[in-house]
Amino acid sequence: MYVVELRKTLRRPRTWVLVGLLAAFAILPVAVLAISGGGNGGGPTFFDLIRETGLAAPLAVMLFIQPVVLPLGVSLLAGEAIALEASGGTLRYLLVRPVGRVRLVVTKYAAVMTLLLAAMAWVLAVAMVAGGIAYGLHPLPTLSGATLGTGTALGRIAAAGLYLVTQVAGLAAIGLFCSTLTESAIGAGAITLLVSIASQILDALSQVAVIHPYLPSHEWLAFADLFRSPVAWTGIEHGLWLALGYTVVFVGLSLLAFTRKDVTS
Amino acid sequence: MLYGFLGPNGAGKTTTIRMVLGLVFPNGGEVELLGRPVFGPSGEREAALRKVGALVEEPGFWRYLSGRKNLEYFARAAGPAEDRSARLARVDEVLRRVDLQEAAGKRVKAYSQGMRQRLGIALALLGDPRILVLDEPTNGLDPQGMREVRTLLRSLADDGTTVFVSSHLLAEVEAMCDEVGVLAHGRLVAEGPPSKLRAASERLRIEVDDLARARAVLGGIRGVVSDGDAPASGPGTIRVRLADGVGPAAVNAALVSGGVAVSALAPEHDSLEDVFVSLVQGEDAPR
Repeated sequence: MYVVELRKTLRRPRTWVLVGLLAAFAILPVAVLAISGGGNGGGPTFFDLIRETGLAAPLAVMLFIQPVVLPLGVSLLAGEAIALEASGGTLRYLLVRPVGRVRLVVTKYAAVMTLLLAAMAWVLAVAMVAGGIAYGLHPLPTLSGATLGTGTALGRIAAAGLYLVTQVAGLAAIGLFCSTLTESAIGAGAITLLVSIASQILDALSQVAVIHPYLPSHEWLAFADLFRSPVAWTGIEHGLWLALGYTVVFVGLSLLAFTRKDVTS
Repeated sequence: MLYGFLGPNGAGKTTTIRMVLGLVFPNGGEVELLGRPVFGPSGEREAALRKVGALVEEPGFWRYLSGRKNLEYFARAAGPAEDRSARLARVDEVLRRVDLQEAAGKRVKAYSQGMRQRLGIALALLGDPRILVLDEPTNGLDPQGMREVRTLLRSLADDGTTVFVSSHLLAEVEAMCDEVGVLAHGRLVAEGPPSKLRAASERLRIEVDDLARARAVLGGIRGVVSDGDAPASGPGTIRVRLADGVGPAAVNAALVSGGVAVSALAPEHDSLEDVFVSLVQGEDAPR
């Protein structure tokens, strides 16, 4: 079932449209700098660093996609995981094939996470290649002033990408749960995106600071801590626990809901 | 055996089928499929379902994949390795059986409704099932396709597969099935071979020159029951029900010797449709 899921995705025309769009997005920061001739500096963290080393390009891209594009992609993929099979009429044929209900939910979640990981790797790789071609892969200055050798920096970038994917695992589980409740893939995706936006808004309001440490999006930006020396682990550790918590709870709820659901689609 | 599952819209045919397949849960009671409980341990249900092929309402496919890929992906989606490879090995055969081998490489998106329906039947056949459960299998097919499907189902049934077909097309069920179950308001109200269901309604239509005299004669024959009230006299038509052992010839002879001129005498029976309507209405009556 897992392999079938991935093969299905590869054969879907939409997948390749998204691959192209993501590549365009990944090239964006480098392209902006190249076209504007570099300008006189400024811009978000990592962005102005790109002129010093292309290694900063994947980091700038991570910052760019983190607030909207990433949650949008997660919501889309997780929201349609089961709802799209339901509305397309294939869910009942999978269940009578028979694919066990627990297996179906777990496999769908694994496939969504795999695709997110692949998408992240693709975006970072494209950004890095673009940055490298335009500005070279020179050692990366860290946020605390030290410098990371190219090899170390590559390792940290991979770790940062991996970390960001773990950070949306909780959101993906929420999307999966929504997807078990409805036949509308768009609806499930929209609710998931709303959850993500609400979490980010609340995270920005100091009046509710007391709940900040429990918001799913609270530690998404902690990937940047990998580029301090020494690495600041507190945020990352907290982020991993948060993600684990949301994942366990919402995959659990998905299983609970789906194993009891009357499949009438 | 070919079993026809008849019922008006909303009678619960599809719900029953979904329940048998474990898609919806019953409020009470148990369902057994091939001797295994459907709502017991999931291993039992899955073992039974592997021997069942099903088409529930419309067929459902990944529209961006070809017909062949759809079958292959369903084959690969579950089951022990030998079950998967057995299904994969049957892809060509089932495509041929539903006459889709030429369109197998086209995306399902481009299929006509009839082609999708046939692909749905192909999917149901993929696991070489012992029981084939088909919900309205001739939906969307042209007359030629309908006949092909009926022939296919007949030959499967003759080869030992139990074919369970739900339908609202009485003529289809009557022509095709060995056994019919009639469902109304979620309850099985009649079951038996189509001929037996119909036999309950066999009648004799008699045209006579004098209804009053005919009635008197018929009243004297045991095993003959007149249907309804006819006008008192003059020419007209009478319908009577005959008990076992009373033949039309005896009725004719009795009428003629009683001085009634018989101008026509013909057996008449309700279509299965009438039987069906009366069964379903009978179920309605106490409400």
